[in-house]
Amino acid sequence: MPLNRKDLLGIEPLSVEEVNLILDTAKAFKEVSTRDIKKVPTLRGKTIINLFFEPSTRTRTSFEIAGKRLSADILNISSSTSSVVKGETLIDTAKNLEAMYPDIIIIRHSRAGAPHLLANICRASIINAGDGAHEHPTQALLDAFTIRENKGQIKGLKVAIIGDILHSRVARSNIHLLTKLGAEVRIAGPATYIPVEIEKLGVKVFHHIDAALEGCDVVMMLRIQRERQDKSYLPSLREYFNLFGLTPERLKRAKKDVIIMHPGPLNRGVEISSEVADGPYSVILEQVTNGVAVRMAVLYLLMGGKYEEVVS
Amino acid sequence: MKKLLVKGGRVIDPANNLDEHRDLLIADGKIAQIGKQLEDKEAQIIDARGLIVAPGFIDMHCHLREPGREDEETIESGCRAAAAGGFTSVACMPNTNPPNDSQSVTDFILKQASEKGIVNIFPIGAATKGLLGEELAEIGELKGAGIVAVSDDGHPIYNSNLMRKALEYASMFDLPVIDHCEDKELSAHGVMNEGYYSTLLGLPGIPAAAEETMVARNIILSVLTGGQLHIAHISTKGSVELLRWAKAQGLKVTAEVTPHHFTLTDKEVCRYDTNTKMNPPLRSAEDIEAILQGIKDGTIDAIATDHAPHRGDEKNVEYADAPFGIIGLETAVPLALDRLVNRGVISISRMIAMFTVNPDRILKIERGTLSLEAAADVTLLNLSEVVKIDVNSFQSKSRNSPFHGWDLKGRAVMTIVAGNVVWSSKPIT
Amino acid sequence: MPFRKKVQLMDAVTMDRTLIRIAHEIIERNKGVQDLVIIGIRTRGVPLARRIAKKIEEIEKVSIPMGILDITMYRDDLTAVGPQPIVRQTNIPFRINDKKVVLIDDVLFTGRTIRAALDSIIDLGRPKFIQLAVLIDRGHRELPIRADYVGKNVPTSLDEVVEVSVAEEDGKDSVILMEEEE
Repeated sequence: MPLNRKDLLGIEPLSVEEVNLILDTAKAFKEVSTRDIKKVPTLRGKTIINLFFEPSTRTRTSFEIAGKRLSADILNISSSTSSVVKGETLIDTAKNLEAMYPDIIIIRHSRAGAPHLLANICRASIINAGDGAHEHPTQALLDAFTIRENKGQIKGLKVAIIGDILHSRVARSNIHLLTKLGAEVRIAGPATYIPVEIEKLGVKVFHHIDAALEGCDVVMMLRIQRERQDKSYLPSLREYFNLFGLTPERLKRAKKDVIIMHPGPLNRGVEISSEVADGPYSVILEQVTNGVAVRMAVLYLLMGGKYEEVVS
Repeated sequence: MKKLLVKGGRVIDPANNLDEHRDLLIADGKIAQIGKQLEDKEAQIIDARGLIVAPGFIDMHCHLREPGREDEETIESGCRAAAAGGFTSVACMPNTNPPNDSQSVTDFILKQASEKGIVNIFPIGAATKGLLGEELAEIGELKGAGIVAVSDDGHPIYNSNLMRKALEYASMFDLPVIDHCEDKELSAHGVMNEGYYSTLLGLPGIPAAAEETMVARNIILSVLTGGQLHIAHISTKGSVELLRWAKAQGLKVTAEVTPHHFTLTDKEVCRYDTNTKMNPPLRSAEDIEAILQGIKDGTIDAIATDHAPHRGDEKNVEYADAPFGIIGLETAVPLALDRLVNRGVISISRMIAMFTVNPDRILKIERGTLSLEAAADVTLLNLSEVVKIDVNSFQSKSRNSPFHGWDLKGRAVMTIVAGNVVWSSKPIT
Repeated sequence: MPFRKKVQLMDAVTMDRTLIRIAHEIIERNKGVQDLVIIGIRTRGVPLARRIAKKIEEIEKVSIPMGILDITMYRDDLTAVGPQPIVRQTNIPFRINDKKVVLIDDVLFTGRTIRAALDSIIDLGRPKFIQLAVLIDRGHRELPIRADYVGKNVPTSLDEVVEVSVAEEDGKDSVILMEEEE
């Protein structure tokens, strides 16, 4: 079964089969990164544009390495170098890039739906590398890949996602993915950070971290965005850590073989204590390693499926 | 003397409780005679067999953008769009540039209307200077210039004391205060209805409470002042319930609803199509249910378009950055006929009342009936003709409609203003 | 396009006999098994490689390193019509520098798979040399590639198909020449 779509805009529209295809394919690509020559010719001659309108080191670098290990020509455009600062609209930027025949455009943007806007007008495949508070599909895929590597399968696992759910695209993509694959997903955070009607996505909502951690196999901590700190959501980061920070003491409520995940970058002492972040349960760096493999798989699958779509 | 004889139609005039097959003779721009088998050798005959003959429709809430944004709409193009949609009169909001907060702007609008407009224009004046919500506009002078209501349009009057004063002051001139009810602090940076879909899409939401708190406040201020309050584009279940309560108290409170708010839910936002972005936002299915009930039981008085033209490139941006609003003059009547009448929510006669006598009672513009000697504004409707909405055929200068490509059953087929046919879907024989 | 059986080229007994012969040839040509490694190309090259490695081990009483190569990442038809191939893992659990590599595949046809396999192996290291063993050589090469060990040369026409079945994958051992139905 091929990944029969032009773009990867989110996890929500993917079928379970498509998710499994991406994860299985990533397994094969992970091996490439362990070679002396970390490069295969799979996407030779393909042009990939990393179009980042928000600062990002991890995701941008991960896509860049993924593209390079597949022999694609990949280039980076970040908002500081783009003509956005000169007042160009997103559509005009996209049309100009399109005119140079890229095969894939990877976009990170502060506005939900920005990748959809591009997908509507571009021949190139669009990959959403995070749009506002909407989705961050490759992050959820690499998280699922990491869970699968550690736990064998995802079905039946208890996963707690803790933090600012309201503004988190990582949370949304993970909720879609983990519920699709049959995990029991719990979310926890201050009431001001829980979006309305989130239960309809199939999750259980907790306002106390201890209850959420009880018997968990996986704990995903979300970043509290210091830069987005608005006092109407949270009185202080200190109070946040007191109520929701992940400490070794609290972690005792989870299963003995629990794994701790974080999409990064970490705020030590805000959402997670250093003991936990650097402790034996942490798989945070595995997530980063797996990010490259998952993104190689996504690039490969979108390029393979594309021709068919054009033909039909 | 120019005469028109509209023959063979079913004449529905809710103001006069008339619903019969009659002929209608128009002379000198006025209704001259209504009766059976009328003959007049001088008159131009209009064959209305199979059609509904209604008083000219009134849109009590639209944005014509002139002066200021003539690239989006002008009084001339807006009037053509209105005529093509079956409207003979439109009331235009004061959020122009400069805003209509002075006699000179009202004069300009009425001058453009008389020179270039093919339908009647009734300007709505600003309630506060510059729409800034700080001090009252010169409402007395504006009334003298010809305004029919006051409103700060999309800038709700946030200061409750000023809203109180506006209601009190406007009542001296028998003018309604039209308020876009929204607590902008509660809406924060919201761009769509707050609910399951805003959570799914990761877009900031505007809670129903942002509208309802202001509807409640305004109703309480109408108790306090006895002033005439009109609630613009009501969109939530809670607002309908508050309005129902106000009417039960006998308050001078009325409300309008837009066709999109009784047709579309917030699910439509799912493809991030900015033509689903308007304020108030598209609400939930439950809200639509309550709105339809409010239409059915008469709680909601009028249907208005909130016609808001925007240039294509301004709409073709990230959802959060797009301006609010859609155009509605050329889709309102098909939507009302298809969704309300053909689906049995209300009778054709009730729907006509919501477009004619009801807005007239609010604005007191002496339109909206087919009484003898009344201005001969007439709208002819075909209830069974299916129209495919095509924004490219619109008379409006803008194209921002979410209804492009829709098939709707029922439409206006002819618009007559003061005895002149200003628009017809087919050539007149 | 429906195909029908034209002729059976091998059964379990003849296939086994052929693999024994190839094992002997490999030992003979390489003057022993010093530095010898066997690499099977997915899918059906893998069980064939396992069998040949086992036979060599039986003959020489030493264990032969055996690896699995998936050449999907090296294919030259990624954007050609049709569903893209599923990528599977390459698993070569030893270093190939200065090794004598024997690649194993079921059918040698255009040579494109072998081209991809050669590129792939060269990206993994610098072997002393690479040899190729195939069960069937059906001709029609599109690249200057030849096999060092051939189970059976089968002249075919382009509209025929060689169907190799191995017990590990397909439940039986056989090689059948299929032709298009009229």
